[in-house]
Amino acid sequence: MKEGFRQSMAWLHTWSGLLTCWVLFLVFVSGTASYFRDEITLWMQPELHAAAGTPVSAARAAETAIGFLEKEAVGAPRWFIYLPNPRNVETTVRWINPAKKNANGRPAIEHAELDPATGERLAAPRQTRGGDFLYRLHYELHYMSRTTGRWIIAFCSMFMLVAIISGIVTHKRIFKDFFTFRPKKGQRSWMDAHNAVAVLALPYHLMITYTGLVTLMFIVMPFGMQSAYQGNQKAFFAEAFPQPAISKPARLSAPITPMAPLVAQAEKHWDGGHVGRIYIDNPGDAKASVNLIRLPRKQVSYVRQSMQFDGSTGALMGTIGDASSAAVEARGVMFGLHVANFANPLLRTLFFISGLMGCVMVATGALLWAVKERQAHAKKIAQTGRAGFGLRLVEGLNIAAIAGLLIAFGSYFWANRLLPVGIEGRAALEIRSFFVAWSVAAVLALMRPRRGMWQCQLTASGLLFALLPILNALTTHTHLGVTLLRSEGPWAVAGFDLFSLGLGLALLYAARKLAHRRLAVRTSPGKKQSTHEPTTLHQTT
Amino acid sequence: MALKPVPLSYRLGIASRAIAAIVGGYALAAACTAALALTLPMKPVDAVMTATLLSFVIYTCAAMWAFAARNALHAWLGIGLPALLCATGLLIVGAWS
Repeated sequence: MKEGFRQSMAWLHTWSGLLTCWVLFLVFVSGTASYFRDEITLWMQPELHAAAGTPVSAARAAETAIGFLEKEAVGAPRWFIYLPNPRNVETTVRWINPAKKNANGRPAIEHAELDPATGERLAAPRQTRGGDFLYRLHYELHYMSRTTGRWIIAFCSMFMLVAIISGIVTHKRIFKDFFTFRPKKGQRSWMDAHNAVAVLALPYHLMITYTGLVTLMFIVMPFGMQSAYQGNQKAFFAEAFPQPAISKPARLSAPITPMAPLVAQAEKHWDGGHVGRIYIDNPGDAKASVNLIRLPRKQVSYVRQSMQFDGSTGALMGTIGDASSAAVEARGVMFGLHVANFANPLLRTLFFISGLMGCVMVATGALLWAVKERQAHAKKIAQTGRAGFGLRLVEGLNIAAIAGLLIAFGSYFWANRLLPVGIEGRAALEIRSFFVAWSVAAVLALMRPRRGMWQCQLTASGLLFALLPILNALTTHTHLGVTLLRSEGPWAVAGFDLFSLGLGLALLYAARKLAHRRLAVRTSPGKKQSTHEPTTLHQTT
Repeated sequence: MALKPVPLSYRLGIASRAIAAIVGGYALAAACTAALALTLPMKPVDAVMTATLLSFVIYTCAAMWAFAARNALHAWLGIGLPALLCATGLLIVGAWS
């Protein structure tokens, strides 16, 4: 570019940000929600609320799960037990059923949710993907193959990384700007808001973007594996992420060794770390093996640690992941920082708040472009009464991607409570409501990208969220009156309701401010606008 | 979109730089990753891991160079030459055979 380095980086910041901001907003919002993925799933399964809050030891839960599987999953070559933990109240068991085939012609995987104390099937909770849908949406999108989704997300993340670095270069007074906020000044206020949230959580934004790319790096950057392992990626993965060997069954039946001593041994070996999952190969066979996998808590690094035991004698066969090399550990720490499984409730909340700041950063960045553009063309727009195509497109996409996405999220939670519990394909219908609501909002936004549309969609999303606690009270027994006032929990449900109420009220407030501003503009048509306050659509949202 | 009509040469320059940044930057990152995975003085598994972790730094620098360079030609040279260098090295060692 002809201009200096800083100017060219400002240009790069603007365009790399603008081109991907709508996808990035989706990634930030769904990613931020995913910090509370388990809690969201719990909220969306009110049938499990009663079971919450009665902690059962891992050893006890493992024994009761084995008892269930010995009755219900005879002949299965593999059992999977997901033990309860502080964020997940129930035991989940899965097993391979060779007698049944799934759509791909492979043996079907059955599953059941159990009461950890008794090992009895819980009253089947309603079918829902819960927080898992938002989690997958965050890095795989939907309605496309997982690989395609991951490539798109990685591509946009790369733009994000470039936008962040060039944004830092552009910034002359990073410290001073941090304490600057000039409200009600149109473009300048948006700029200040964008700077404040971007700089305040800058280490977080950088960390989350880079580590996000790290989680996808073997898909988008396989060339190191290609060259060093001559294209044999399996060999690389086997070396970097070792898996226990699966033994062939001996076809001699033998009872399974008790789980409690194995769990105790593992907890001691991991210095108090908890067992998260237990996989059992060839259960009931003399050659059975038990694999205990550590719950990814306490340590930041996300290198899987596991211990293998002989399934009939209980003898220790081996351990995996106890001592990994610096490079493997470095990747593990980056991965772990991104998924934040190690974070306790307080730290998790701080991550969540940083994530919200990321959402605001992307949203204000998107709005800023439109506000600037409208100001630059104010005269022409006043003459022709119409903005250019590019500006209208961006303004429409902004409404669709920001307010419209929030409507989609709200609709997803409403569908969870309103769809009949026993209906066929219920989980998919919830997801469909998400996309139908979003499509309607997006089409309307692109048809009329006006200030009124902002107001309308912000009001709609605000109502959806603000009324969620009331809907919850009408459809379940665990409303705020019980969870909060009588403090009978579960706390996750109370937290969800409270946050939803707060978010809804904030959105309604934004819509109201917008209405006032609109009225003021309309009642004083002769008044000359100051140069800083063109009649932008959304300077006071 | 700007106030004054933008000359075509400027638009072509931007398009060229964008391709240099996105496609060229990816090629450079890929070639460097492949070369580093072979040459870093560690066990192969660690070399691959380190090289892949660093690839996004290389990509980012390439993208920034593409728009900071004096003109589009410089942008291409700055990205293309090191990429070619790595690729040639890889060809010589026969990493792609």
